[in-house]
Amino acid sequence: MRTNKTSHATRASEKALTTRLTDKYVLRLFVAGATARSRQAILRVRQLCEAELKDNCTLEVIDIYQQPGLARENQIVATPTLIKELPRPIRRFIGNLANTDGLFAELALITKDQTA
Amino acid sequence: MKKNTPDSTSPATLLPKCPTGIQGLDEITGGGLPRGRPTLVCGGAGCGKTLLAVEFLVRGAVQFDEPGVLMAFEETEAELKANVASLGFDLAGLVQRKKVVIDYVHIERSEVQESGEYDLEGLFVRLNYAIDSIGAKRVVLDTLEALFASLPNEAILRAELRRLFRWLKDKGVTAVITAERGRDQLTRHGLEEYVSDCVILLDHRVNEQIATRHLRVVKYRGALHGTNEFPFLIGDEGISVLPITSLGLNHKISTERIATGIPRLDAMLGGRGFFRGSSILLTGTPGTGKTIVSANFAQAAARRGERVLFFSFEESPNQIIRNMHSIGLRLEPLVKRRLLRFHSARPSLYGLEMHLATMFKEIAAFQPAVVIVDPITSLMDAGTASECRGMVTRLVDYLKAGQVTSLFTSLTQAGHSLQQSEASMSSLMDSWILLQDFEGNGERNRVLYVLKARGMKHSNQIREFLISDHGIDVVDAYIGPSGVLTGSARAAQNALEKAAMLASQQEAAQLKREVDRKRAALERQISDLRADYETEALELRRIAQQVGTRTFVLGTERAASGRLRQADIKVAASTRGKSKLGGKS
Repeated sequence: MRTNKTSHATRASEKALTTRLTDKYVLRLFVAGATARSRQAILRVRQLCEAELKDNCTLEVIDIYQQPGLARENQIVATPTLIKELPRPIRRFIGNLANTDGLFAELALITKDQTA
Repeated sequence: MKKNTPDSTSPATLLPKCPTGIQGLDEITGGGLPRGRPTLVCGGAGCGKTLLAVEFLVRGAVQFDEPGVLMAFEETEAELKANVASLGFDLAGLVQRKKVVIDYVHIERSEVQESGEYDLEGLFVRLNYAIDSIGAKRVVLDTLEALFASLPNEAILRAELRRLFRWLKDKGVTAVITAERGRDQLTRHGLEEYVSDCVILLDHRVNEQIATRHLRVVKYRGALHGTNEFPFLIGDEGISVLPITSLGLNHKISTERIATGIPRLDAMLGGRGFFRGSSILLTGTPGTGKTIVSANFAQAAARRGERVLFFSFEESPNQIIRNMHSIGLRLEPLVKRRLLRFHSARPSLYGLEMHLATMFKEIAAFQPAVVIVDPITSLMDAGTASECRGMVTRLVDYLKAGQVTSLFTSLTQAGHSLQQSEASMSSLMDSWILLQDFEGNGERNRVLYVLKARGMKHSNQIREFLISDHGIDVVDAYIGPSGVLTGSARAAQNALEKAAMLASQQEAAQLKREVDRKRAALERQISDLRADYETEALELRRIAQQVGTRTFVLGTERAASGRLRQADIKVAASTRGKSKLGGKS
């Protein structure tokens, strides 16, 4: 499972690096169980993906209760954590994403670049 | 809590403890850290927090079969493994054997943005996962406070930390949390608020250019503990804390006596030398022969087949061997037979604690029956007087516990009052022998006396102490009306006495001869007189004989003439006899 994921991620990043212009978004959201906070975060990310990034986005939601090993691998301390794997640079957004200004700024920068 | 079986202490009333295995720390804490509870270890930079924590974990895994989790916030797994490998901890091996799990928690501040509410459930999950994966009983969180730098929301962090400690307790693991020392409080971020069971403070102080680490148990809820500040050091076998009073005064006591190697000195000590396992102080001004007496003692012990460890802080082993050879002490064969071992180090090489630790290690490795420290006063240079005294106390305690006889030489500076300068050390010692210089008569001579010898009859006499090609000789000093005489003065006095004796002997002989002569003369006189007397007696006899003969002859003559004259018989005869007799005489 783990090898699959990493190889997938590596492949994705390689692809992203070579074909910069496709601007594929890879997002991973780590949550801890089905708490209110987790649900809020998942909801927000889904909305974002659908509304802003269209089909250009791969979202993976991981429950660290189910896969605690992944929490260590990905250096998860706070939950929920959203990791923007691609495009580079990697960014982590911690919290229930109630405040998405920072996130939008990060993502918007890319979209603007693309449009420009 | 119930997952763990409290096993380290038997009385139910006591708090169950978790032995750390760290030398000395378990003695101070009375058995270890509180089992199933978190302990806070705080201190400034470079005072050994991480090391203490890692040692707790490693020893737990190796010695007590308690696997452990190390959650590191500052050093990566590889760094940690490398760092502790130099101390002989095989962290990598333990990780491989699944005795230890290392989880490096790292948050890159620049990558992180806050976007709403969060908690630290990620940390909990990771910790829980690590603990469950190997059945860990011990947990170390090495500088949890690093989180304060990575996560901006302190309110959330504090709430989560409180929850974390509660969670650790519920999980029943014995945890060590390290934290940086704060300015006004124990830790920079006030972690002591959350960890209230046991707090250990580490400290690294520089005093007169010598750095010493100290450990203090600030708080230990529900248990007795040593409250003092204890020096500790980081050697190549990890941390060793050196509690001054760790052993108390209840060591086993031997009544066996061991010879000093100097027969006359044995004689001064009740005839049989020192007690085995006692501590002996040998003080003296420079050049009084302290090392020589020590070497003699060492040789005597080694010749009995006992192992002797000689700590020299002034001379190199070869120098001692050469010097002793010059007075007829052959130490080299004993060194070769591994009965005698030298350990030489300059006092300024490292701090006092390091010296002590080195000595402990040497003693533990060599297992000697006799330990000699020459001179203990050199170590004063490596620390303050009180530290030095503490060190000697610990050393003496340690040696006595192992029934090791110890001889410490101490250099007395000229001009100091002897009792004063040694007072701090002498009370630790069972026997005290003093070597001193006597100056006078244009020379210096050594004398020796026993100042104290606990538990044995000892001589109160000053003895002169001679060093020759054949070693040490202790002779009676001359004590007469003019005081103590040594050296040539003693020799002169001896000669003087000899002469006087000779003179009086001669005088007596002469007197005897005279008397004899007088007697002979008298006897001669007596025999002369007797001879005289005898001659006279002989004469007397002869005369008496003559008289008798004459009377007879006269009588015969008269009768004959009467007959011739046919005279008137009786009357005439008598008158004529008379007249004739008178006329003739």
